[in-house]
Amino acid sequence: MSDVGTTKQFGKAQRLVPSQKAQKWYPVDDDSQPKKVRKAIRPTKLRESLKPGTILILLAGRFRGKRVVLLKHLDQGVLLVTGPFKINGVPLRRVNARYVIATSTHVDISGVDSQAVEKVSAPGYFTKEKKAEKKTEEAFFKQGEKPEKKKVASARASDQKAIDQSILASVKKENFLGSYLATTFSLRNGDKPHEMKW
Amino acid sequence: MADIDVKIAQWKLVEVGRVVLIRRGPYTGKLAVIVEIIDHKRVLVDGPSTEENKTVPRHVLPLAHATLTHFVIPKLPRAAGTGPVKKLWEQNEIDGKWAKTSFAQKTESTTRRKNLNDFERFKVLRLKKQARFEVQKTHAKIRAAAPKA
Repeated sequence: MSDVGTTKQFGKAQRLVPSQKAQKWYPVDDDSQPKKVRKAIRPTKLRESLKPGTILILLAGRFRGKRVVLLKHLDQGVLLVTGPFKINGVPLRRVNARYVIATSTHVDISGVDSQAVEKVSAPGYFTKEKKAEKKTEEAFFKQGEKPEKKKVASARASDQKAIDQSILASVKKENFLGSYLATTFSLRNGDKPHEMKW
Repeated sequence: MADIDVKIAQWKLVEVGRVVLIRRGPYTGKLAVIVEIIDHKRVLVDGPSTEENKTVPRHVLPLAHATLTHFVIPKLPRAAGTGPVKKLWEQNEIDGKWAKTSFAQKTESTTRRKNLNDFERFKVLRLKKQARFEVQKTHAKIRAAAPKA
């Protein structure tokens, strides 16, 4: 190898001169070696009860207590759900599978446009759009005035409609199912959630 | 002196042929009949019910784990085998009679209610509400029609 060093002539003898000199001293402390990670990154495995079409009860967040329809599994234990929006006001939304009760009731979602679901479940779909205008001094003094109302992007609304359409049709087929989705879940006196069947 | 009617007390006795309800252990909630009295605390029971999930194998049962029912299989021979017991059990229609008791009906309805899922619970809630509304409606009509006092 060339980087080992070069042989040089010293008088009569030849000697190998290393290109990198050895250190003259040893470090006082041992270099700490980072631990090797022995865990493999595995894809999250969700509960068996979480099948697309299942009615879920949300347990946390702004829509806690709402009964919603599960559409699809996203990455890392995240679920894509929809109200449907017309019934209970829950939009297309990502929720953590941990904060959800899966019921044994199912809605037929075979008629849902798979392309629309695919579009919604793409990574960037739910990210916030960055504000074009930065906060200026003027904006600061305008705080007392009415702020502009946040507009729902029309594309989002149309996606919502496209996905909910067939779900609404299948919900209509069963008696009481619509009003079931519309009502929120709550515990009452004497209810033991650990003993309940869902 | 006045005549005094002396009646035999209607005790439920621990006797051969007495049907008991098992309240503890693996056969909780099932019926069996006393085949033999072992001592003052234990009896030999056998529950050859026609329904497979209600049968109780012949075993020794502490009386503390049993509740006596009103039913007796009359003339059950002492220490009768499972075959004859089963025959007499069917003849006396113990299962049918038991199903008609209020205790059995109550436990049946509680277990059914317990096993409802969330959607079914919701439907019960709604249907009960509807029934109540109908009752109240007719009641209000009757009250309105009644002459005022």
